[in-house]
Amino acid sequence: MRKNRKFQWSRKHLIGLSDLSRKEIEFILDTAQGFEKFSRRSIKKAPTLRGKVVVNMFFEDSTRTRNSFTLAASRLSADVIEFSKKASAVSKGETLIDTARNLEAMGVDIVVIRHGAGGAPKLLSRSINACVVNAGDGFHEHPTQALLDVYTIRRQRGSLDGLKIGIVGDIAHSRVARSDIYAMTKLGAKVTLIGPPTLLPGGVENLPVRVSYNLDEVIEDLDVINMLRIQFERMGGNPFPSVREYSHYFGLTADRMKRAKPDITVMHPGPINRGLEIESEVADGPNSVILKQVANGLAVRMAVLFLVNQAATQQGKDK
Amino acid sequence: MKTLLNTEQLNKAIRKIVEQIKSDIPSNTDIAVIGIRSRGEILAQRLKNALGSHFSGRLLSGTLDITLYRDDLNEPKETQPTVRSTEIDFDITDKLILLVDDVLHTGRSVRAAMDALTDFGRPRLMRLAVLVDRGCHEYPICADYVGMKTEVDRSQSVFVHFAETDTEDGVTIE
Repeated sequence: MRKNRKFQWSRKHLIGLSDLSRKEIEFILDTAQGFEKFSRRSIKKAPTLRGKVVVNMFFEDSTRTRNSFTLAASRLSADVIEFSKKASAVSKGETLIDTARNLEAMGVDIVVIRHGAGGAPKLLSRSINACVVNAGDGFHEHPTQALLDVYTIRRQRGSLDGLKIGIVGDIAHSRVARSDIYAMTKLGAKVTLIGPPTLLPGGVENLPVRVSYNLDEVIEDLDVINMLRIQFERMGGNPFPSVREYSHYFGLTADRMKRAKPDITVMHPGPINRGLEIESEVADGPNSVILKQVANGLAVRMAVLFLVNQAATQQGKDK
Repeated sequence: MKTLLNTEQLNKAIRKIVEQIKSDIPSNTDIAVIGIRSRGEILAQRLKNALGSHFSGRLLSGTLDITLYRDDLNEPKETQPTVRSTEIDFDITDKLILLVDDVLHTGRSVRAAMDALTDFGRPRLMRLAVLVDRGCHEYPICADYVGMKTEVDRSQSVFVHFAETDTEDGVTIE
């Protein structure tokens, strides 16, 4: 008999990476690899999700993530409904769950949701039958961003095992950082969070990471550096005296790069504030994989849509 | 478990396919051998090696993963399909594509493969080579080059083993 005990993906929702196993994360990355060359084909479309409906429910602004999900769904031949808060009945007082149930009544199979409140995707997944994919919720998680980050690192470095990864900047307001920490540490990397104390999250001591308040002290040890954007729109007061001061201590400048390992991988989840957390010369330089991250995001999201739909198909059998 | 072909018979069947191709396709043809994952990939590689001296031009090869084109994706099944990469790093337009699979059974994989390939371009000709045609076709698909033709009962499965991924060459029925 041929060995047929392959790994089986069983989740019809992707809410976060905190409860995913290393095996599950690696399975998503392996599946994404099958989609990577898709963008170089003559006809960039496969009939895989033909007849399925994906709704993009974005309660917060997004260009990259939203377009990436739309394109991923379109390339798998799904029909995509674009939902935005402003142009919907939400502005008339409809609740999230009522909105989703109404969409579901139209036959939606997968809901991709971004919401300002952490936990909204989880709540939704308990209330509707469709698959739910979290595209970022509050300060909680942004699983597909972290998956594309680790995918990109794996493509560059072969493996994350033993790599030293620095995540720099506004970690307190970053759902990307949280998902990144789960994904990177599960895949064997050693993560250091770097930033001023005001931008580090409460409870950081409970995370499997090291903390540094001084980028210059740790930069020479890092194999990968992930620069986060300062999310002014999520802040109440002023977390640091001035933008120039922040940039001086925590910005990734060409000068600072000279002290880093020559092959350091420079990442940024976008959108970039050029000259603030990263200098243009570095963002566009040879160590930067920022645009590769965007390209890989498409492959990762195609993989996620494919997998949650497969899990839903499998579970349909048990009903 | 019953042995359908032993190592020697399997290699004889491959030589038979090679001879059919050589007598059928002129040596100056612009040809690409494309194997369907995963056993078709190995057979394609072996055919390519055996055909190298016959074709005067460059003999290209690639690997096709048909998962995204399967017609049973919306049905629950025992083993979940796994997506792997398709490796076709050339333009297939105007070429003769020799599509290769290990077993021809229902014809559904070949249907999926043809759909997948046409998303890569428009080949001039497409031909199908299989090691074993076991019958029970469900779609109107026949192979052009066949190593062995036999009738196997619908309830049984035919497994092709290659030394590259399994312990040794051979074909079994279970």
